[in-house]
Amino acid sequence: MNVTLAHYLTVGSMLFALSIIGIFLNRKNLIVILMAIELELLSVNMNFVAFSHYLGDMQGQLFVFFILTVAAAESAIGLAILVLLFRNRSSINIDKLNILKG
Amino acid sequence: MDIRSALFYIFASILLISAFRVITVKNTVHASLFLVLAFFQASGLFMLLDAEFLSITLVLVYVGAVMVLFLFVVMMLDVSVDNIRTGFWKHFPLAASLGAVVSLELAGVLMSGFRVGIVRPMTLPEGLPGAQSVEQMGNTKSLGILLYSNYLFPVEIAAVILLVAIVAAIALTLRARKDSKYQDPGEQIRVKPSDRLRIVRMDAVIEQPSKAEDTASTASSVPSTAPSNPPSTEKGKS
Repeated sequence: MNVTLAHYLTVGSMLFALSIIGIFLNRKNLIVILMAIELELLSVNMNFVAFSHYLGDMQGQLFVFFILTVAAAESAIGLAILVLLFRNRSSINIDKLNILKG
Repeated sequence: MDIRSALFYIFASILLISAFRVITVKNTVHASLFLVLAFFQASGLFMLLDAEFLSITLVLVYVGAVMVLFLFVVMMLDVSVDNIRTGFWKHFPLAASLGAVVSLELAGVLMSGFRVGIVRPMTLPEGLPGAQSVEQMGNTKSLGILLYSNYLFPVEIAAVILLVAIVAAIALTLRARKDSKYQDPGEQIRVKPSDRLRIVRMDAVIEQPSKAEDTASTASSVPSTAPSNPPSTEKGKS
């Protein structure tokens, strides 16, 4: 049985589901939540590349390129905010981040 | 089952296992190392999908830069592992059921509706220099042609986004230490002579001749022989 587009999309969807589970499970650890967001972006990239391959269009791979850019920027700023947060409150617990009273 | 299918199943299973370990492992350093493993498997899958440039980029950018950044932050923060795990099992049933629902729904829809097994040859849009010839040109070159012709403006925007990320990350984490000593070149250049040299107006100090004889003979005249202008030296010091 050959590998079809649906196989890749299924891998991407399972990866997406795993990262959502990770966001729910690791409520105390902001670093693991950032890693789960990286995994989500990876699953989206997987879908883009799979569609690009099976439909024969290069532009899907190009969007992966831009997603990589945005993901790198996001993780850099997220980690900077994380360091700042730890410096001010000496904890990275998300449940304690209620100073804005939102 | 040919070799590509076997490779697909190997890469996909290791990818999913390592993603599962990322979200469940106790130590954050181990989590980031499992994330590195996941990115390697994903780059293998990209390689199977004939996206060689993106595969290498994934390894270079993610494993080389982003994960090293994660590891630096994890090791710098020194988060205690024990109280991080409280509430893990409290959220587990909700998270597991939600993830199962998401993955089952998506897999059901995808496996029934997207049975595309035919690989169409990769093409570029009409009117580009290398249109319809991705096979001869290679992945990287065709990606570059597309990137710098049709998508030039988004590339510029991506560059600006990266610049903003650099500036924001540095500006957020930069702090001026109070105990550090440093030179200010602007201050050094703008300095005027009046800032460095102060001319103090004071009377001449006349040395009293043969002071020892005076103190020996007349002890009562000591207050009168004191220097006549202590206030001016005080003023010059302040």
